[in-house]
Amino acid sequence: MTVATPPDIQSAAPRLQPSGWIRYFSFSVDHKVIGLQYLVCGFAFYLVGGALAGAIRTELASPVSDFMARDVYNQVLTLHGTVMIFLWIVPVVNGAFGNYLIPFYVGARDMAFPRLNAVAFWLIPPAGLMLISSYFLTGAAQSGWTAYPPLSITTPAAGQIIWILSVLLLGGSSIFGGINFIATILKLRRPGLKLMQLPMYCWAMLGTSILVVLSTPVLAGTLVLLSFDIVAHTGFFNPGMGGNVVVYQHLFWFYSHPAVYIMVLPAFGLVSEILPVHARKPLFGYVTMVYSIMAIVGLGLIVWAHHMFTSGTPPWMRLFFTIATAFIAVPTGIKFFNWLATLWGGRINLNSAMLFSCGFIVNFVLGGITGVALAQVPFDIHVHDTYFVVAHFHYIVFGGSVFVVFASVYHWYPKFTGRMLNEGLGRFHCALTFIGFNLCFGPQHWLGLNGMPRRVAEYDPQFTLINQISSVGALLMAVSTLPFLWNVVQSAFSGRIAGDNPWNALTPEWLTSSPPPVENWVGEAPLVEEPYGYGVPIDQLDLAAASGRDLWSSGK
Amino acid sequence: MTSTLTRTGDDARDDHNHEEHGDHRMFGLATFLVADAMTFAGFFAAYLTFKAVNPLPEGAIFELELPLPILNTVLLLVSSATFHKAGQAIRQGDHGRCRRWLLISAALGIAFLASQMLEYFTLPFGLADNLYASTFYAATGFHGLHVTLGALMILIVWWQARPEGGRVTAENHFPLEAAELYWHFVDGIWVVLFVILYLL
Repeated sequence: MTVATPPDIQSAAPRLQPSGWIRYFSFSVDHKVIGLQYLVCGFAFYLVGGALAGAIRTELASPVSDFMARDVYNQVLTLHGTVMIFLWIVPVVNGAFGNYLIPFYVGARDMAFPRLNAVAFWLIPPAGLMLISSYFLTGAAQSGWTAYPPLSITTPAAGQIIWILSVLLLGGSSIFGGINFIATILKLRRPGLKLMQLPMYCWAMLGTSILVVLSTPVLAGTLVLLSFDIVAHTGFFNPGMGGNVVVYQHLFWFYSHPAVYIMVLPAFGLVSEILPVHARKPLFGYVTMVYSIMAIVGLGLIVWAHHMFTSGTPPWMRLFFTIATAFIAVPTGIKFFNWLATLWGGRINLNSAMLFSCGFIVNFVLGGITGVALAQVPFDIHVHDTYFVVAHFHYIVFGGSVFVVFASVYHWYPKFTGRMLNEGLGRFHCALTFIGFNLCFGPQHWLGLNGMPRRVAEYDPQFTLINQISSVGALLMAVSTLPFLWNVVQSAFSGRIAGDNPWNALTPEWLTSSPPPVENWVGEAPLVEEPYGYGVPIDQLDLAAASGRDLWSSGK
Repeated sequence: MTSTLTRTGDDARDDHNHEEHGDHRMFGLATFLVADAMTFAGFFAAYLTFKAVNPLPEGAIFELELPLPILNTVLLLVSSATFHKAGQAIRQGDHGRCRRWLLISAALGIAFLASQMLEYFTLPFGLADNLYASTFYAATGFHGLHVTLGALMILIVWWQARPEGGRVTAENHFPLEAAELYWHFVDGIWVVLFVILYLL
């Protein structure tokens, strides 16, 4: 609620908000509605992006360009990257779970700027529809999600301009969201709640939002300059007119490397919420986790040129960016070992949420190791622009972020809907996804090491078998979505009633009804000073009496 | 405890909310301005890199005169001061004085825009002539867009500060404070831009 609005308008406002299912299609200012809007909208785009990925893997099942024309392949590839990054992962790990959980975690009734929040969400569907419709109207952009000039200047202009416009809209949405998260976490905390008592996801979102606010505007400015090059025939990035393509790369990666952390830091936060609950142990090393997140934020802003080792980058710059990138492995490693230590000796409940979280840890450490390898100039020059990079990236963003999104859906679905998901289907989904994912992207390391370039519809026939194995993995991943879809739809109607707190969790979103009331709590928000206080046996935690009350309240 | 609960008629808790959630709009605006500053930082970084590694080609013209930009700098700096005066006036409840200072600030902003246009028309190079020219127009144009929006904001605040029935009063003058912060920001960016584009 904007607070300076007079009270009479404020109390009249909820009446303008529709209730029932229609509110999910309205300009709702309720953070929980907006969170679910982000989640479902993001998932719809995930299905689109997944279909595009299926098209790519189908094309690559044979070494010649027979499933689609080469320029169509370029469009599909560009759309796949853009949809998955800007319309699925970024909105879901930030917007969806951030909006749903952050107000609970800080003990607030809504985000700091609810209307801005709704605006930020409603920028996404039009941007996404515009981007996808460009394929049918003018032909989509063909220059990949990076839109490097001179490729983006020489490919057909209409699709590229639509691509730029939609990314600008999505960037705006992201910035508005980031401002809202920073204000909510820093300014809306319940009295008595200290920063170092916040659940880890708040820290992850604070760090992510700082990255969003500092780096996204640079991408926006860069894309405006790129659009001038296309429309007004200026020469910023056009070497034929004295321009400099490397400047584009610097500006682009100044956003797009932090973008990797924008996609993965919230996932770190979410997994830090899930593991303690299902292992019944306090989160190991809270303080080191916080400092690690902030170290990743700081270092994440000064490592961008490791994407450009083959762009004529001078040796001193290569050296600096290699060292800075290698340093990021330290805070990331701290977090990795903290998760392991959280699990160590815990009473682990191997349910779907936990299985997906463990899958995340395994995949992420593999992706992290290839990341450290890629940071080394001699190795990077060998595998630059090959499938090794594709494999590394998908291990981070699918094996990392998407696994956590699924873990989070299994963990918070009871809170969203009041009903449990089917556990058997969930484990089946997890097994299929894990096998399919590793079968799809594992062999791509080998392809890359042996020199198969990425982003090309055709390849040397010697790579056929491995590519076919990878395509089978992609098919498994596509199939794995079906039990999940069936599960979430069917459970919404006939799942077991969850109750307020099915996991006996201590973080504040569980200390209210499922689904929660409009302003999150009836009565005062609980003051949770120990969100991970799982050291005591469950029967000694009086959780039944805790819902909506202040279990750990200082008595205010 | 049901999910159909609404706040309608529950005034007591609304009051409670007031204590619980203070007014964070200025904080939000400041965060936005950090983001906005980063856009300019991107343009400046591009310009400085171009200067460092892409020498102006043979025969290309990129010459800037100083008198008009210096006048522009003075216009904007004075307008920041006059806007500050307007803020002081509204805090004392003097709507008339506040609106006079606001009009002067808006006039200075519009004078800046006119002078900038004059400069554009007299410069010996166009948008797509060469790399430096393009960057010059992109950076100053983006800043000019900010000044245009700022001048419009000042006029809106001028309307809102009318003595009868306006939103901006001695007690509640958030729109004015927000526009003032934005205006100071735009002026600050101009000073940096002036140093980088005209003096360096």
